[in-house]
Amino acid sequence: MIVADKKPVEEIIDYVTDCKNILVLGCNECVTVCEAGGKKEVEVLASTLRMCFLNQGTEVSIDEITLERQCDHEYLEEIRDVADRYDAIISLACGVGVQFMAEKYHSVPIYPGVNTCFLGATEKRGLWTERCQACGNCMLAITGGICPVSRCAKRILNGPCGGSSNGKCEINKDLDCAWQLIIDRLKALDRLEDYEKICSIKDWSTDRAGGPRKVVREDVQS
Amino acid sequence: MSVKTPSKLEKILSSGNLAVTSECGPPRGSDPKAVTKKAEMIKDYVDAVNITDNQTSVTRMSSLAACIHLKLMGVEPILQMVTRDRNRIAIQSDILGAASFDIFNMLCLSGDHQSFGDCPQGQNVHDLDSMQLLQTVHLMRDEGKFLGGADIKRPPQMFVGAAANPFADPFEIRVPRLAKKIASGAEFIQTQCIYNVDKFEEWMKQVCDRGLHEKVYILAGVTPLKSVGMAKFMKNRVPGMDVPDDIVKRMADTPKEKQPEEGINICVETIERLKSVEGVKGFHIMAIEWEEKVPGIVERAGLYPRPEIGAEN
Repeated sequence: MIVADKKPVEEIIDYVTDCKNILVLGCNECVTVCEAGGKKEVEVLASTLRMCFLNQGTEVSIDEITLERQCDHEYLEEIRDVADRYDAIISLACGVGVQFMAEKYHSVPIYPGVNTCFLGATEKRGLWTERCQACGNCMLAITGGICPVSRCAKRILNGPCGGSSNGKCEINKDLDCAWQLIIDRLKALDRLEDYEKICSIKDWSTDRAGGPRKVVREDVQS
Repeated sequence: MSVKTPSKLEKILSSGNLAVTSECGPPRGSDPKAVTKKAEMIKDYVDAVNITDNQTSVTRMSSLAACIHLKLMGVEPILQMVTRDRNRIAIQSDILGAASFDIFNMLCLSGDHQSFGDCPQGQNVHDLDSMQLLQTVHLMRDEGKFLGGADIKRPPQMFVGAAANPFADPFEIRVPRLAKKIASGAEFIQTQCIYNVDKFEEWMKQVCDRGLHEKVYILAGVTPLKSVGMAKFMKNRVPGMDVPDDIVKRMADTPKEKQPEEGINICVETIERLKSVEGVKGFHIMAIEWEEKVPGIVERAGLYPRPEIGAEN
């Protein structure tokens, strides 16, 4: 899933400081799972903003809505009739949702309420870690199912570097060395000899390097 | 191993002499004397001098520019290049730039992570890794081709090396990893600083058992300790460094004013012991900001005078 983290409330207040009618718009997908932008977080942010404006003595109306998804035309249409009432919408969706909102509702400013962080997984409640950088050219088949692009700090494809120590990365003792994980995994699969296969120079044109990407599937287009 | 380039370092190694290399870190400024002064101190005592490439990710004068200063004063440079700061366009371009000054040696590295340096908020590139950089240099040299497939007019003639750390984890792949570097095209290896000679010997034995010592020239890395503080720092703070307790104790048991001398004694003794290790073809003496001690170490280790073999120009 896409993992996001809450933005500091001071930053959000700065965006909407002169607004009178604000909508806080949550998303029921990834940001709900990572507890950054779901219904619960919408309530918390809306309450915080109300308190803040109350303390300042300014009268501001703040509404709360949480959509099923913000990355889908169909669900975004649900606020078609009300969107124009607001002079600011704070979207707690990932960067995709914020942009999709902005593309759809031209006359209302849309502000991000979260920082979109990475593609990752929930290790346990309150701990999310990165697993994928969407390089567009998956190499997990040759690395024992562990991704050096997203999990090695230098995204070294023929690792580990000399900084691997006791299974940890040189940049942070709490961070597993991805190549230690790969080697352990190859060993468990009885495939350690695969370690000696050299990974050739990667085509990064499917990565961010190639510019904004799209997937076109004519077979499923109607 | 047949000689493939005009490199003096390659000729010395191929002639069967123990090679001696050292290194200079470029300055945090643009004064060329900061490079040439260090090189002047050591030039008659070593065969070639590495110029580090923004080591520990701290911004410095470019390795290539400093190599050119060395070349112009008649010292053979080893251009260190990390993959952290350059994409494949810049890498190939810098290799050609170095080749245009007849720089004949290159050491291919991934580089320390930028979080250690003075620009922790910067991007890293890692378009290639160190093994892929080795492959790139070979493609350019042996096939005269760019990565894009076009021909290179006057291809570079680089003797190509890589680093190896016998002490990093996991130990079981340290030798397979060396094999990969050789398969990628490494012709010489400079190792991490050796303080744990027993562990190094264990690694070298595995290297020899696989016959890798006949495919690559291994230069054993040594760094003289200046103080017990440095020994402790290297032991505890530098990733992938193995400083045994007895070395730390030996430094700690030495009065402070005698510690630099003791550090050099340890370094010379290490070289002496490594000379008899099968597969060791030379030494890489990294006297960090202590270049003036290199001549004494080389002399005391019986590695002076250096062989009279010149690079072709």
